[in-house]
Amino acid sequence: MKEQKSDKVSGMRALGALVPYFKRHIPMFVAVTVLAAASVALTLLVPILIGKAIDLIIGEGQVDFVGVARLLLYVGIAVGATALMQWLLSVCNNKIAFEMVRDLRRDAFRKIERLPLSYLDTHPSGEIVSRVIADADTVSDGLLMGFTQLFTGVLTILGTLAFLIWLNMWIALCVVVLTPLSLFVARFIARRTYSMFRAQSATRGEQTAFIDEMIGGQKVVQAFTHEDENQAKFDEINERLRRHSLRATFFSSLVNPSTRAVNNLVYAAVALLGAMIMIYPGGFGGIGPALTVGALFSCLSYANQYTKPFNEISGVVTELQNAAACAARLSELIREPAEKPDAENARELPDAQGEVELRHVAFSYVPQRPLIEDLSLLVKPGMHVAIVGPTGCGKTTLINLLMRFYDVRDGAVTVDGYDIRELTRHSLRRNIGMVLQDTWIRHATVRDNIALGRPDASEEEIIAAAKEAHAHSFIKRLPQGYDTVLTGDGGGLSAGQRQLLCIARVMLIHPAMLILDEATSSIDTRTEMKIQDAFARLMRGRTSFIVAHRLSTIREADLILVMKDGNVIEQGTHGELLARGGFYAKLYNSQFEV
Amino acid sequence: MKKVFVFLKPYRMQCILAPLFKLLEAAFELFVPLVVASIIDRGIAARDTAYVLRMCGLLLLLALVGYASSVTAQYFASVAAVGFGTASRKALFSKIQSLSYAELDKLGTATMITRMTSDVNQAQTGVNLTLRLLMRSPFVVFGAMLMAATINARLSLIFAGVIAALIVAIYLVMFVTVPLYRRSQEKLDRVLDKTRENLTGARVIRAFCMEEKEEADFDDANGALTAAQKKVGRISDLTNPVTYVLINIGVIALIYAGAVRVNLGELSQGQVVALYNYMSQILVELVKLANLIVTVTKSVACGKRIARVLEMSSSLSAPATAPETDPKAPVLAFDNVSVSYAGAGAPSLSDVTFTLGRGQTLGIIGGTGSGKTTLVNLIPRFYEVSSGSVRVEGADVRDYPLEVLREKVGVVPQRALLFAGTIRENLLWGNPGASDEELYAALRTAQAIDVVESKPLGLDEPVEAGGRNFSGGQRQRLTIARALVRHPDILILDDSASALDYATDARLRRALREDLGGMSVVVVSQRTSSVRHADLMVVLDDGEVVGMGTHDSLRETCTVYREICDSQEKGATDA
Repeated sequence: MKEQKSDKVSGMRALGALVPYFKRHIPMFVAVTVLAAASVALTLLVPILIGKAIDLIIGEGQVDFVGVARLLLYVGIAVGATALMQWLLSVCNNKIAFEMVRDLRRDAFRKIERLPLSYLDTHPSGEIVSRVIADADTVSDGLLMGFTQLFTGVLTILGTLAFLIWLNMWIALCVVVLTPLSLFVARFIARRTYSMFRAQSATRGEQTAFIDEMIGGQKVVQAFTHEDENQAKFDEINERLRRHSLRATFFSSLVNPSTRAVNNLVYAAVALLGAMIMIYPGGFGGIGPALTVGALFSCLSYANQYTKPFNEISGVVTELQNAAACAARLSELIREPAEKPDAENARELPDAQGEVELRHVAFSYVPQRPLIEDLSLLVKPGMHVAIVGPTGCGKTTLINLLMRFYDVRDGAVTVDGYDIRELTRHSLRRNIGMVLQDTWIRHATVRDNIALGRPDASEEEIIAAAKEAHAHSFIKRLPQGYDTVLTGDGGGLSAGQRQLLCIARVMLIHPAMLILDEATSSIDTRTEMKIQDAFARLMRGRTSFIVAHRLSTIREADLILVMKDGNVIEQGTHGELLARGGFYAKLYNSQFEV
Repeated sequence: MKKVFVFLKPYRMQCILAPLFKLLEAAFELFVPLVVASIIDRGIAARDTAYVLRMCGLLLLLALVGYASSVTAQYFASVAAVGFGTASRKALFSKIQSLSYAELDKLGTATMITRMTSDVNQAQTGVNLTLRLLMRSPFVVFGAMLMAATINARLSLIFAGVIAALIVAIYLVMFVTVPLYRRSQEKLDRVLDKTRENLTGARVIRAFCMEEKEEADFDDANGALTAAQKKVGRISDLTNPVTYVLINIGVIALIYAGAVRVNLGELSQGQVVALYNYMSQILVELVKLANLIVTVTKSVACGKRIARVLEMSSSLSAPATAPETDPKAPVLAFDNVSVSYAGAGAPSLSDVTFTLGRGQTLGIIGGTGSGKTTLVNLIPRFYEVSSGSVRVEGADVRDYPLEVLREKVGVVPQRALLFAGTIRENLLWGNPGASDEELYAALRTAQAIDVVESKPLGLDEPVEAGGRNFSGGQRQRLTIARALVRHPDILILDDSASALDYATDARLRRALREDLGGMSVVVVSQRTSSVRHADLMVVLDDGEVVGMGTHDSLRETCTVYREICDSQEKGATDA
């Protein structure tokens, strides 16, 4: 019970989070309200007109054809106008709902661009994708149904009530007394289904994450003939989803029949009451005009119409509950704290000299597991610093700090004497070219992939960069050359070819500082030797940080940092370190061991 | 679509009972206008209170029985629809698992995920609504017409005309909207793609300060989706107003024609009311039907997309029984093997021939894109040869059942990928029956023992999706251990030491040599040091074999190999 209540509160808060997205649609919303009111009024007029016509059709030889024709003409006009307004209404509603979801997705995406990397490093991307795509869709469906039906529903109820009172007080009273039943039933069911939808949504998220992981790694799955185990795990989640879905689907589908049953009850009551009033005119205190057959007909039509909007509203309530559950997950993402924005007085670093200093830096990903404690280092402009050490020693962490993907816990990283926290991230990062070991190729043409950092680069510049990176020759052999569309996972390209593209990217931007994180680890040495001069040209005069395990590529460095367990245990040039005969010398000599 | 409907088969009973109970409910509803007409014509006209009471009691009874039928129907429909969705997802997952690498490349990850998630959900909703309403609505429509005919046959012609006009209108709307829905779904795929990309490439995007541009691109894709949705909406939303107009044209005709009949004494006032009520029942049902058709249209489009995946047959067909193997035959033999990928210009691999004996090591060396990975992918038959043949233990790989073939081969892929779970669970992928001792042995050979020992929970240390909580080198060593756990006949190391430092790499090579016994090893590498002790080395350049032999013979005869060696040894010699 408590759980239910908190679910409901978070559901309400989630809907509240949608308010800012709604604001700019208020003028359109006003138009919707006017259209809804007008079309409801005209819709309600039709039964009255027809009731009056029926009163003119009494029996053999007792038909007023002129009157009937006039009334039917009015019906025609009302119907035509209603149809036009209904269509406009849906068009407006679509505009509001689709644009709201567009804005929600836009903001969710903006948040993805600004989330701290620590969030992205610890949340499965499949789950986030499911929020932005599937949940946003459900919100949109809910809102669509909500907008179209909630307002016409409410207006129909009020309008019908007015017409009923005008037709006959007693029948109106009977309807008013009985309808709360319908409301009660709808509320009762909706309350119970919200938590079921929430459970369904959560299980669905779990399943999406699993699908995302296994489909993404399908090739490995097949290599290990692990299909059966996966299928078993999938079936287990799938079965749980089936149970949750069944409950959510069945109980939410009870709303319509239940309210319809109440509707039929009201209908029977109105028929009885109307017939009695007609049989015993005056027997009920004589309130209101005596009923005619036409008026009873109108009352019965209204009784039908009166409960119908309750059906729809309760349908809307279910949809909204579902949408609220999804909106909650979506707004959770949107309200997730973004990484600390640039300081207010952050300065631009237009063209860095490239002096980098680490002052007593301390950092760890998890507070309980210290990684870097008190690391100090001065790198003069143009210096080439190589970072070596066993796998997992914290080499990549240094780069995370320098790029400000993560902030130091203590101490400071400075560039040209400025604490990097006092610089705008963009101006810092624009001065650093980065090539990572994990290549990332986007779903776009080869050209767009190279021009990632400079979308305005000319064709000549792009080809020149590709040539410098020794990527030109394989690109030419692709089916459509530079226009070949690469898929997200790199498609038919080998790891090395992907890496060459990533290098070409940096070749195009010529930054002041360079980070090469195992940049050549997946390029063959023959090619590497061939692009070595390109690298050398790229690095000339630029402060460079080179993380590598291939020691031959770092021998030329001005300073070699040997890291182990988050600390720099040795530093110096290649010659000095070899002479010292320490960890580095051991590491270096091991590559010739066989 | 047949492929998709199959999933309803186990729910045949529910699929019959759900509409049946819905029809029952509808049938009770159809009596209501007749009862009301009798109240007007007999009860009120004759001031017969008892009759009115009886008839109103009948209305109440009809309502209650209708309710009971409806709840029953909803239950059966939910069971069938949810069961359908569950079975579709299961089948899709299992189908995707059975596809070969070639088809997986073609489909793409994003598409497969959309099929399994939003498409299935939409199709499930479609089934649910179809079972509940698709039979009921036409039944009420034609039932109302029949009931009208019992009142007055001539006037029921108006019903026939209206219904015909409605069907044409609804069909037209559907005809126009189906392709539009497909297009808006494609736009959704694009938005999905963008989102995924920006999650997986967050570091690169930020490093290149691409956030604003990405946002602009996303806004384009997102805007295009919204525009497409609005366009479909504008047309599909014509359905309700148009049906409303058509029905009311019918009502006008009906009242006027009814007035003429009443004037002639053929019809009573109550009967005109009943006819009108039937007409409005048709309206209510058709509005439902129209909404239903919109949903079903979407669902059918989704169903078709699901079916397209299910209809894909793996381009690999394999026999059910294992072939005769020859223990004396070379463990691996390539015979004039060529491979061309679909759509690619030049062949990726042409005319490769070699044999490898039991317990021997094969080194494959060559530049990026020279065809090394393609070559090893042929051994477990991930891809198919275009011509020539690959034989394992004397039998063509195409004659093996896939799981028998792949049991024999341990693969360490280039991209070291671990899966969410624990270290132990990941290692057991190699061999679900392996004991802890075997796991530790494999870890020791793979130089990964320190990875496990450095973790507080050891083998039970959790692994996050993709192995994100391990470094590249740790992941690689764990993936090597995973392959070793299965004790394969052929171990394939596809550039699997690239993230390892030289010391670890050297220790790994030594351990592999010492620990492996009769296992044959295929090493793909760009480092000569990793392959120089191989019994046989194949040097590839642009898909062609440019040299074959041992380190020493190749140094003499093969220019490409010499260049590779020079590029790597230069550092060593002048150090």
